[in-house]
Amino acid sequence: MIELRFHGRGGQGTVVGTIIMAKAFFKAGFEVQSFPVFGVERRGAPVESYVRLDNSKINLRTNVTTPDHVVVQDRTLLQNIDITRGLKPGGWILINAPANDKDKNRYASFRVAFIDASRIALNYKLGTRTHPIVNTAMIGALARVLEMPPLEAVAEAIREDIFIRTEDNIKAAEEAYRTVLL
Amino acid sequence: MRRVIEGSQAVAEAVRLSGVQVVSAYPITPQTHIVETISDYCEKGEINATFMRMEGEQSCLAALIGAQAMGVRTFTATSSQGLAYMHELLHWASAARLPIVMAEVNRALAPGWNIWTDQTDSLAQRDTGWVQIYCEEGQEVLDSTLIAYRLAEKVNLPVMIVLDAFFLSHTYEPVDIPDEDEAHRFLPPYKPQFRITTADPRSYGALVTPADYMEMRYDISLAMNDVFLQLDDIHAEFSSIFGRTYGPVEALNCEDAEIILLTSGTITSTSRLVVEKLRKQGEKIGLLKARLFRPFPVDAFRNNLKKARKVAVIDRNCSFGAGGIFAQELKAALCNDDVKPLIYSYIAGLGGRDVTPDVIEDIYWKTKSADTPEQESVWIGLKEVSHGR
Repeated sequence: MIELRFHGRGGQGTVVGTIIMAKAFFKAGFEVQSFPVFGVERRGAPVESYVRLDNSKINLRTNVTTPDHVVVQDRTLLQNIDITRGLKPGGWILINAPANDKDKNRYASFRVAFIDASRIALNYKLGTRTHPIVNTAMIGALARVLEMPPLEAVAEAIREDIFIRTEDNIKAAEEAYRTVLL
Repeated sequence: MRRVIEGSQAVAEAVRLSGVQVVSAYPITPQTHIVETISDYCEKGEINATFMRMEGEQSCLAALIGAQAMGVRTFTATSSQGLAYMHELLHWASAARLPIVMAEVNRALAPGWNIWTDQTDSLAQRDTGWVQIYCEEGQEVLDSTLIAYRLAEKVNLPVMIVLDAFFLSHTYEPVDIPDEDEAHRFLPPYKPQFRITTADPRSYGALVTPADYMEMRYDISLAMNDVFLQLDDIHAEFSSIFGRTYGPVEALNCEDAEIILLTSGTITSTSRLVVEKLRKQGEKIGLLKARLFRPFPVDAFRNNLKKARKVAVIDRNCSFGAGGIFAQELKAALCNDDVKPLIYSYIAGLGGRDVTPDVIEDIYWKTKSADTPEQESVWIGLKEVSHGR
């Protein structure tokens, strides 16, 4: 079983991102689970959401405490949250930011990948100028980092769940898939 | 077709397939996505029902009591405080023999305010004459909601489909959603056994003197007993159409188990992993899932506990002054029986606290190492606190 933890802020589409990712994995033949950190959502506050995937039925119904990989949708979270909490050694940390040595060195015991998802979201006019919705770019990048699910599955899942600027969201995922820095 | 949906949506899909005619809701926390999805379907015309937005949960059930008496299929959903607020009318619905179906998402009661999972809200309604079915996963939630209508309309009693908050209600997972033809084959349009009509005027809810009241209550009691028989038939028919099998309980490795865990809701799923692990280590552990709580399936429990030496009951609920509720009920059910395993009562996971495989395993080892059970329920995973004394 593989467990993914997404960190974001309320309003960035973090929970929706994990749901779409779970659906994409399901389309690729996996059994999946997705759920947010159980609580009360507030705009701008730190949010966590999870994906579990496995080749067989998932019976574990608890919070995710030891994720295999972590996605950080908002770099400002690195200052106040330990995004490596429980992260398995060697796991990926995918950060929404231009590549930089500072983050890379800070998380040297893990594998760090960068995607400038905010720039991509702004280019495709996803969300507003001050609050770009980066979730589709992040999951496009994650599909490349994990080498699964196939990009087509991600696109199909986006098409099913996102009804506003659907094609632009798919393009954002595709661009992120191509440009993520591993 | 198998799709990735939330537990709440699994309820909503079943309600859509049921051909429900009146839905009532009070749309604020502790409400869940169940009625949000249904109202969306009503708006889009995918459900052809009257959606009544009420001013409180008591009114929600009052509205359905009126609607159901007119001979239509009805639905509502609630949680915690909302269910508590319905209490008076829960009795009314069952005593008026109205086959209302309600989804109840187990959420803890306040104070302190807590929207997380805890079964005390629904279990506190055990004497209201509602059938209660506890579910562990999205598929079971969808299937049980369809089954609930068949059962309710057969025995003329209301049915509560119970699911854990968040761990089930807010969790997305693959669920096989039947197509409409399949669903209608199992659940045809509602034909009421009685209804209020001006064509045949009668008086309902009138004064009943001591000369007759007791027989009316005995009738409810008989109807509850009839649930076992009817539910077996309905489960069998469901299985023949959809290929998924349900019973009042589900037993895993109970045939030769020395210690059996008794669970309900999502703790059951996680317990399956523990049983698998400990079996590999040679432990004689079994798992008994309580799906039906009202009526209490004594025979099913007895048959599966015959060979066990000990039963560890994990309760995500508490009746203060008496302990875990499933444990109490099991003790009461077996007290005059030949089948008498030692019953160990544990309380865990209240207010949404995580019940992990480690917690469940700990319960197993505690049970194995103790020759006799504690008199009172054992609370698992408590922090060190001063109790103000």
